[in-house]
Amino acid sequence: MPEPDNRHIVTLEINGTRKTVAVEARKLLVHLIREDLGLTGTHVGCDTSQCGACTVEIDGQAIKSCTVLAVMADGASITTIEGLTDPGAELSPVQAAFHEHHALQCGFCTPGMVMSVRQLLKDQPHPSEHDIRHGLAGNICRCTGYHNIVRAVESLASKGDQP
Amino acid sequence: MNDTTAIRHIGQPLRRREDLKLLAGKGRYVDDVRLPDMLHMAVLRSPHAHANIRSVDLSAAKVAPGVRLVLSGKALEGKMGPIVPNWIIPGSKVPFRPVVATDRVRFVGECVALVVAETLAQAYDAIGLIDVEYEVLPAMTDEDIAIRDGAPQLHDNVPGNITTIYKVRGGDYQKAAREADHVIGLRVINNRLIPTCMETRAIVASPEPDGTLTVYIGSQVPHMHRRWIAETVGIPEHQLRVIAPDIGGGFGAKMHLYPEDLLCPYLARELGAPVKWWESRSESHQSTSHGRAHTENIEVAFSSDGKILGLKVDTLGNVGAYLSNMASGGPTVNTVNFGTGTYKIDNYEAISRVVVTNTVPVDAYRGYGRPEGAYIAERAIDAVARHLKLDQVEVRRKNFVQPTEFPYRPYGSMGVMYDSGNYQGLLDKALAAFDYDGRRRECDALRRDGIYRGIGVAAYTHMCGMAPSRRLAMSGFDRGGWESARVSIDSSGRATIYSGSMSQGQGHITSLSQIAADVLQIPMDNIDIVQGDTRQVQAGHGTFNSRSMAVGGSSVHVSSQRIVAKAKKIAAGMLEVDEKDVSYSAGAFSVPGTDIAPVTFSKVARMAYVGHKLPDGVGPGLDETVFYDPTGMGSPSGVHLAYVEVDPATGIVDILDYVAVDDVGTLINPLLAAGQIHGGVVQGIAQALYEEVSYDPDDGQLLTGSLLDYAVPRAEHVPNIRSLFQETPSPTNPIGVKGIGESGSIAAPPCMVHAVLDALSPFGIAHLDMPLTPPRVWAAVQEARTGASQ
Repeated sequence: MPEPDNRHIVTLEINGTRKTVAVEARKLLVHLIREDLGLTGTHVGCDTSQCGACTVEIDGQAIKSCTVLAVMADGASITTIEGLTDPGAELSPVQAAFHEHHALQCGFCTPGMVMSVRQLLKDQPHPSEHDIRHGLAGNICRCTGYHNIVRAVESLASKGDQP
Repeated sequence: MNDTTAIRHIGQPLRRREDLKLLAGKGRYVDDVRLPDMLHMAVLRSPHAHANIRSVDLSAAKVAPGVRLVLSGKALEGKMGPIVPNWIIPGSKVPFRPVVATDRVRFVGECVALVVAETLAQAYDAIGLIDVEYEVLPAMTDEDIAIRDGAPQLHDNVPGNITTIYKVRGGDYQKAAREADHVIGLRVINNRLIPTCMETRAIVASPEPDGTLTVYIGSQVPHMHRRWIAETVGIPEHQLRVIAPDIGGGFGAKMHLYPEDLLCPYLARELGAPVKWWESRSESHQSTSHGRAHTENIEVAFSSDGKILGLKVDTLGNVGAYLSNMASGGPTVNTVNFGTGTYKIDNYEAISRVVVTNTVPVDAYRGYGRPEGAYIAERAIDAVARHLKLDQVEVRRKNFVQPTEFPYRPYGSMGVMYDSGNYQGLLDKALAAFDYDGRRRECDALRRDGIYRGIGVAAYTHMCGMAPSRRLAMSGFDRGGWESARVSIDSSGRATIYSGSMSQGQGHITSLSQIAADVLQIPMDNIDIVQGDTRQVQAGHGTFNSRSMAVGGSSVHVSSQRIVAKAKKIAAGMLEVDEKDVSYSAGAFSVPGTDIAPVTFSKVARMAYVGHKLPDGVGPGLDETVFYDPTGMGSPSGVHLAYVEVDPATGIVDILDYVAVDDVGTLINPLLAAGQIHGGVVQGIAQALYEEVSYDPDDGQLLTGSLLDYAVPRAEHVPNIRSLFQETPSPTNPIGVKGIGESGSIAAPPCMVHAVLDALSPFGIAHLDMPLTPPRVWAAVQEARTGASQ
């Protein structure tokens, strides 16, 4: 239902908490997450859906949140990087593997990369190096040369851990 | 409390201390800064490469919803600026660069007008309502065309579009060329690149109640930005606080002064409210500095046994429409000074001309000049090997500077000195790791089956950590070569270190802690590092030129040593012995050979602050600041090898293996060091195979205007990088460390090109310019086959 000022009400579950916000029709989901919900771990790295820095999980599926209008997320359940760890809790397996293998430098692509790795391991629990490199083709990292990201994912694959 | 340690931290592959917040999404980048009542700026950019501005109509934008201010360049005339370069090679003609264009635009993307509104969306909407009438002028984007007679002239004070002419000479090239068995020439293009930090530029300027101004900016050089903003906008420097929070990559692009860096502070003061600007990716492609963009004409004179006798270089460096921050230094000092690479070439003659064109300004990008310099030396020696049909490895070995010749001044240069190195050692280690002989045989065997594999070799050296300060003065660089560090010990014996270096992902919180922990002999957990806040950090030059460990790290080292020296005095008083009898080890001050009970560092720190029992002449406190100005520069070096397979039917290059052996002196953290090599090599592979900025040569339109058109490599486009090290400590600093950040992007481009040329050698293809995209390789193969069949 449009509001009088052309805003639309969106209700969604974000990291396990139900939120309702009023947004302009043209607002992208990534901006709802960053601006209206204040979850700035999800980043904007481009404007053509190339870089993957804004990747989040929508109803269990990793999706670039710049490709979704905020109004389309009405009723969805969304997990962002902030939803992977409780305050003071240990890192999730993917995050811990990134730390162990030095798979991040500036950290800007990292939240999106972590979300994509979770999806990759869900789809292919034991990916080959080729599978990993191909599976992460939607995420650009400019610092690591991908080498240590691949090592981090391989370490999870060989252990067979759930993401 | 465990307050001491005997563990040596330098050399350990410690995991990064900065990771946890970044992994949890708790990093704080400039775009994450949200302040109450914050306004948003958007910039109208020129759609033309070269045009006169006839009129600017702001009326519709001014009354658009949420709009607070709309300004064209005319309104800012006399209020601030111009933007002046920080490095001006003596004799350069510096074009006038207004912050916002007033009557003429010179590149697609130049600022023409701006809007400040309550939301970013409103600012963008209003930008679309500004009506500018242009008179389009002829444009040129190519450095070769810019210097021709009749080319459009960009600036009245820059005749011929050449801002700077720089010459280097050693020995007698002409004589060497006359006496040589062979002289060959080649022309190589160093393709224009977009640095592409994953975080684009952003800035928030916020007026404080006390009249000061806080500026949040992703700056590699926070103290330099404070000075530049202060001087250009007219704000007293001490009333300006620059905060550089987490930075999403820099690679050189975040160390320059851009119009938006000046507009936000100015507008925030005008409007009395915080003003934010965030750069979209497509905007970034036409507003943040580009890199490389050279044409080099090379002549090499050599004997029939492959010994190089002389080298002549003619460089044209395209710097875009204005002289950006360091732009006159890149194609000159940083490039042609290093044109002889790792080779002993006594007769050298180089000229570099810095050329303005109707393109985005070009400035430092990872390596800045040294990749171009190494490309000169490496493409030349590879051409010699190919010409004489000699092995590419043996020709290099024959021409290398020998380990006994360091410190080495190439071609008798007064300005260039390689402090140390062992190139033969690097080569041998790389060949063994790569199995060069086995791979060579494999290449030869497979070629008989129509499979085209090739091996590329590249060696490099350069100089890092521009210093000492007086040397920078000679080259017209308006900054010092020092770095500062303050080590402040609290009364519990824990350290807070204020460093003028500025991490953009390199991991300084970890590596600087390792340096300090070894000297202070306290656990890393007891050390905090503060960077990126000009109100907290006393002074600094920041991070560029692979300087942070050699200069910033050394300043932490020396500052920590002074802490220990003072603590020793205090300990002597506590132990009631002479200072010279006191020894410090494993974090405790003791008197060897006696049964006097040692005192720990934390106890001494406590005494320093209570001051109850201090020796005569020793004041209270344990807090030392050092401005460390190095006496010289360290010279990292390396040999890289690549193994590729080229499919002549498609032109696709498949990278089968990449071995990097680098000598960066003492390794502080091998894990982080390898990470720097991986990232640098992939940026170098990107230049060699994928990335290139394209302009329409007729109207100067930027054709690679977004990440849809500009080919930043993905994980599937690059190989594993086998990174190995050799440690030849630098004699120029107390740690023995050399720069590392730029190594990969220097070595990889020639290495990759040589590998592809080697694979294509059966076709008689001796030269290709980067990037070696499938269409370019395929076309070369087709041309060679057509030529062969005629």
